[in-house]
Amino acid sequence: MGFGAFVALVRKDLQLFFSDRRAVILTFAVPIAIASFFGSIFRGGGDNDSEAAKIPIAIVDRDGSAISKAIVAGIKADKNLAVTTPSVEAARSAVQKGDVAVAVIVPPQFGDAAGRAFLARGAKPQVDLLFDPSRGAELAMVRGVLTGHVMEAVGNEVFGGAQGRTIVNETLSQLDASGLPADSRETLRTLLLSVQRLNQQSSATGTGGGGLTVPYDVKEDAVVAGGNAQYNGYAHSFAGMGIQFLLFAAIDLGTGILLERERGIWKRFRSAPLSRFTFLTARGTSGTIITLLTLVVSFAFAMLVFDVRIHGSVLGFAAVAVACSMMAATFGLLVAAVGSTAAATRRVAGFAVLIMVMLGGAWVPSFVFPAWLQRLTVVIPARWAVDGLDAMTWRGLGIGAAVMPTVILLGFAVLFAALTLARFRWEEA
Amino acid sequence: MLAITGLHKSFGATRAVDGVSFGVERGQLVGLLGPNGAGKTTTVSMIAGLVTPDRGAVTIGGAAVSSDSDPVKRRLGLVPQDLALYDELTARANLRLFGSLYGLSGTALDDAIDSALRLVGLADRARDRVKTFSGGMKRRLNLAAGLLHDPDILLLDEPTVGVDPQSRNAIFDNLEQLKSRGKALLYTTHYMEEAERLADRIVIMDHGHVLADDTLTGLRARVPAGADGTASLETLFLNLTGRSLRD
Repeated sequence: MGFGAFVALVRKDLQLFFSDRRAVILTFAVPIAIASFFGSIFRGGGDNDSEAAKIPIAIVDRDGSAISKAIVAGIKADKNLAVTTPSVEAARSAVQKGDVAVAVIVPPQFGDAAGRAFLARGAKPQVDLLFDPSRGAELAMVRGVLTGHVMEAVGNEVFGGAQGRTIVNETLSQLDASGLPADSRETLRTLLLSVQRLNQQSSATGTGGGGLTVPYDVKEDAVVAGGNAQYNGYAHSFAGMGIQFLLFAAIDLGTGILLERERGIWKRFRSAPLSRFTFLTARGTSGTIITLLTLVVSFAFAMLVFDVRIHGSVLGFAAVAVACSMMAATFGLLVAAVGSTAAATRRVAGFAVLIMVMLGGAWVPSFVFPAWLQRLTVVIPARWAVDGLDAMTWRGLGIGAAVMPTVILLGFAVLFAALTLARFRWEEA
Repeated sequence: MLAITGLHKSFGATRAVDGVSFGVERGQLVGLLGPNGAGKTTTVSMIAGLVTPDRGAVTIGGAAVSSDSDPVKRRLGLVPQDLALYDELTARANLRLFGSLYGLSGTALDDAIDSALRLVGLADRARDRVKTFSGGMKRRLNLAAGLLHDPDILLLDEPTVGVDPQSRNAIFDNLEQLKSRGKALLYTTHYMEEAERLADRIVIMDHGHVLADDTLTGLRARVPAGADGTASLETLFLNLTGRSLRD
């Protein structure tokens, strides 16, 4: 008897959902329209606004010279940056997961090469910048900050440091074999001898000098998994809008139950031999199906029209999507549990959802928020839903990256279900 | 068939029902009368399992309802005062849902739906959405939804509110037919003439108490006859419950 009632309740919810064709079209069309708009704005390329929080970057010093150490120290002291110093592999992984915006890789022999390039137009060493393609604005800022610190570090060392003196001496000794024209060679010798004297004076007085050129080139490498996968801003916007309208669909589930109370249909449910477990699981199941459908239709459109692809794990994408839908469905039940009238509850719940999805990064990436707000967003389920879907689409991460968002979203579902059981009004007042 | 013994229910400091006892036998229609706030709806809600009594017992065929999913509840049908239907669904889809809640399925469910729709005269509107129905048709469908699973006891909470005389008469005919089939009916109403026409016994409540529980003849004997030689139920009702306004 329980299963028959379960199926009947689920079927009824689906019939009601599809009975209003205009509402169905709006349910699917509105998120698609808004996501298309946001996607066109945030397609990537670094035209975002300035940042309010510290930019998380990683720096890997593979040189270990006085110059590279000075660069690392300077960057660590920069108030605009939150710096970590992991290994190359860990730095790349952190960028891939979105934990840091940019990873700066200082290669071996960087200090010597930069010093020589600074003085004698030698071959410029290459600093690798591994960056998150969704955070183009931060890349530009890091590039500028890095330039300043490198120029300062190299200049200080060449015009006053021990490594700089060695570089000047070596450059002087190799000058005759440099192949430069005689007049240029002599002019450079005069300059280097002046620098040598300046170094001796600096050594005596403890003062340093500055620099003249940018002594390095930058190689920028967008880090997305899946080989030649390109960043697609529509993937993020459809994830965000999909979550938002999935939660709106959940509100409809909750207010639908409240309407059943107002219409007296609730009395029929309660007078029937229907367990609370059957009632709630049936409503949760129909809610999960409807919200999942909302998400699937949105992404199907994005795949067909905007070439969004699941570059990561399809199974991981499905896991995140189902967990997200279960979270939304139980959120809808919670709305029914704490709501009074359908009309009033719809307004309050709608506001709550808008706040939730905004903080979850559904509208704009969460890194534009102040640091304290970013920390707060870990308690917002929408944040995990968006991160999980991002990981499985344009970030192209494996199923492992879906585990944490899935588990946390299921945790929220359990929490919402528990609160629903605790607060649900089973009896007529 | 239905026995109510010493029911009590309070909401905060308000005693809504205070020691109510009565019964309904097979093939009998009991009219439950009382002014607004008398405790009728709370009593019906406790019988239907919508509200848990503070004290007292409700037994159906000698068995008390032990849980939400107790099969004993299958012997009970509820026709709420509200039009407890989904306007967006067809009449058949509504009945399919409510029948499924009572374990009906397949051919048995289809037969029950056809039978219920025939009884209330809506067989030709089975595939129409309820939102296209008139008020009277909705009332009749509301009744059909309550008796779809062929319950032994039918609780009817003001089932004729807002319907035209034709639909009301049709509902009366349906109830007479159900009574003749041996169903036990508990019928709450504000309309004295409905109770006079339908009820085999009348229970009058006020302030959570049962003030009278008797046949129509027994109740009429309690008040002097009028000009036409018969006593009015309304006169007795007003004598028992007073003339002060309640709403």
